[in-house]
Amino acid sequence: MKLVVIAGPPSAGKTTLTRQIVKRFKDEMIIAFLKIDVVKAYEDIELKKEFGILTKKIYSGDLCPDHAGVMVLGDAVEWAEENGADLLIVESAGLCLRCSPYLNQGLGVIVLSSISGIHAPEKMGAMVSLADIAVITKIDLVSQAEREVMIQKIKEVHTKIILMETNALQGNSLHRLYKLIQDSPEIDGKNLILKGNPPLGTCTICIGRKEIGWRHHFGVVQKLDGPVAEYLYRGE
Amino acid sequence: MIRELIIYPGVDKSGFRERFTYIKLKAGETVSIVGPTGSGKTALITDIELLAQEDTYTKRRITINGQVPSDEIRYNPAMKPIVMITQNTKCFADLTTEEFLRIHARARKISDHGVIKDTIDLANTFTGEKIKKDTRVTVLSGGQTRSLLIADAILIGAAPIILLDEIENAGIFKQEVVRLIHNAGKMVIFVTHDPVIALLTKTRIIMENGAVKNILYQNEPEIRAARNLLELDRKIGNVREELRAGKAITFDFLSVNFA
Ligand SMILES: Nc1nc2c(ncn2[C@@H]2O[C@H](COP(=O)(O)OP(=O)(O)OP(=O)(O)O)[C@@H](O)[C@H]2O)c(=O)[nH]1
Ligand SMILES: Nc1ncnc2c1ncn2[C@@H]1O[C@H](COP(=O)(O)OP(=O)(O)OP(=O)(O)O)[C@@H](O)[C@H]1O
Ligand SMILES: [Mg+2]
Ligand SMILES: [Mg+2]
Ligand SMILES: [Zn+2]
Repeated sequence: MKLVVIAGPPSAGKTTLTRQIVKRFKDEMIIAFLKIDVVKAYEDIELKKEFGILTKKIYSGDLCPDHAGVMVLGDAVEWAEENGADLLIVESAGLCLRCSPYLNQGLGVIVLSSISGIHAPEKMGAMVSLADIAVITKIDLVSQAEREVMIQKIKEVHTKIILMETNALQGNSLHRLYKLIQDSPEIDGKNLILKGNPPLGTCTICIGRKEIGWRHHFGVVQKLDGPVAEYLYRGE
Repeated sequence: MIRELIIYPGVDKSGFRERFTYIKLKAGETVSIVGPTGSGKTALITDIELLAQEDTYTKRRITINGQVPSDEIRYNPAMKPIVMITQNTKCFADLTTEEFLRIHARARKISDHGVIKDTIDLANTFTGEKIKKDTRVTVLSGGQTRSLLIADAILIGAAPIILLDEIENAGIFKQEVVRLIHNAGKMVIFVTHDPVIALLTKTRIIMENGAVKNILYQNEPEIRAARNLLELDRKIGNVREELRAGKAITFDFLSVNFA
């Protein structure tokens, strides 16, 4: 089975891109799709209805969606393999911008919209830098010069990433992505590990305490101007 | 060197094959694409800009000098022989005009620093209110953005093929732009609803239902019609500038302009 993990900010076009990938491969592969989101998502229902592929979703609720992804991905790979899938596509929300859901195997794809602002790629850290491929969507909404400015910015920050642009609604110029998916090796589900170091500390915020101010919390906490030695604070 | 660009047929909106064998456009040629709104004009020049290889929904294929363009040419702006002015006149990048142009010059591998000032100066010849180098591109008006992007396309894009999608709509000095572009010896493709621009080009591609319907070549009466229309257009331009400047039309103005 092949694996594609797609991440990116809300409304970047992850599902729209997924639709194009599914359209391209549905006649030659059994496709399974997993959506990880925080509170609400309809992708699983829509994609199942549209293409009749295997779909599943999980809400991360109080957890960071990438944290939730780490927890459930093992099961998801088993589920897809048991159902004979040739390709598993995972769509993550990845909202905290500190994590990245990409794995040591398969392809990691970051989806960025041309209209998300020129500084977005810099701000998104690991979600961009650890991806194998960046797909820039919504190029139909901006000028050619602005597209090139955006690409240049990403290239300067992330030198190794494979960049491509598309109007995801129409699926323009995605042959390169399809080829990379086709050529990506089968994964070994027993040896999947995260590419990045997860900053997923368990703390009182993670379990739902709402009080503001580091004095109220323990675990991984931080003061505004605190010295490095006090970074890990264990509570009063 | 670009000698020629060839468009191979794709399919129309109903999925039927377009009825031409190929369209060959030569270096230095001027082309207009005309047709009703929604007939696929923008789609056609987008295919050219993306150097489509049956990987757009129109399924057209584009070759340059008889060859399928390499990935390097398709995806690296520094190598791309095509600049395009799109119909959209909005910039989202939170950058000043100067920063925007500087990054674009880097993307196009242009090291001459004078180019930034030259581009802003050129843009200011197309537009009313002047653009300053520290104006943020997000606050430029539609016409100013378009003027900047056209100047950028000419000086920073500096490519042998220029695609222009409805430049007439931005309230900029159209004749100025057309003259400049005509003199540059480039292959220029105008998407247009403007009869003056359409008649000034050598080749005219007619669109309908997402497909190329016909291809016409400029004939003798059309050249004359264009000359007359140009004169008329200049007059309309003069009136427009008077009105824009807040003046009233006087008998003097009439006798000078419509004698
Ligand atoms: N014009 C244009 N619209 C696009 C493009 N790609 C996506 N959209 C639109 O952008 C909106 C968001 O796209 P989605 O694919 O749902 O985005 P997403 O990343 O899956 O969003 P979440 O899963 O909610 O985070 C939809 O209305 C799409 O139709 C594009 O290339 N061009
Ligand atoms: N060959 C085609 N097959 C399918 N859809 C097409 C085709 N050509 C154009 N379309 C679709 O038709 C719509 C209108 O096309 P386009 O924007 O190119 O029109 P236009 O001629 O530029 O119109 P306007 O004059 O309003 O700018 C678009 O949504 C486009 O995706
Ligand atoms: Mg989605
Ligand atoms: Mg159009
Ligand atoms: Zn996180």
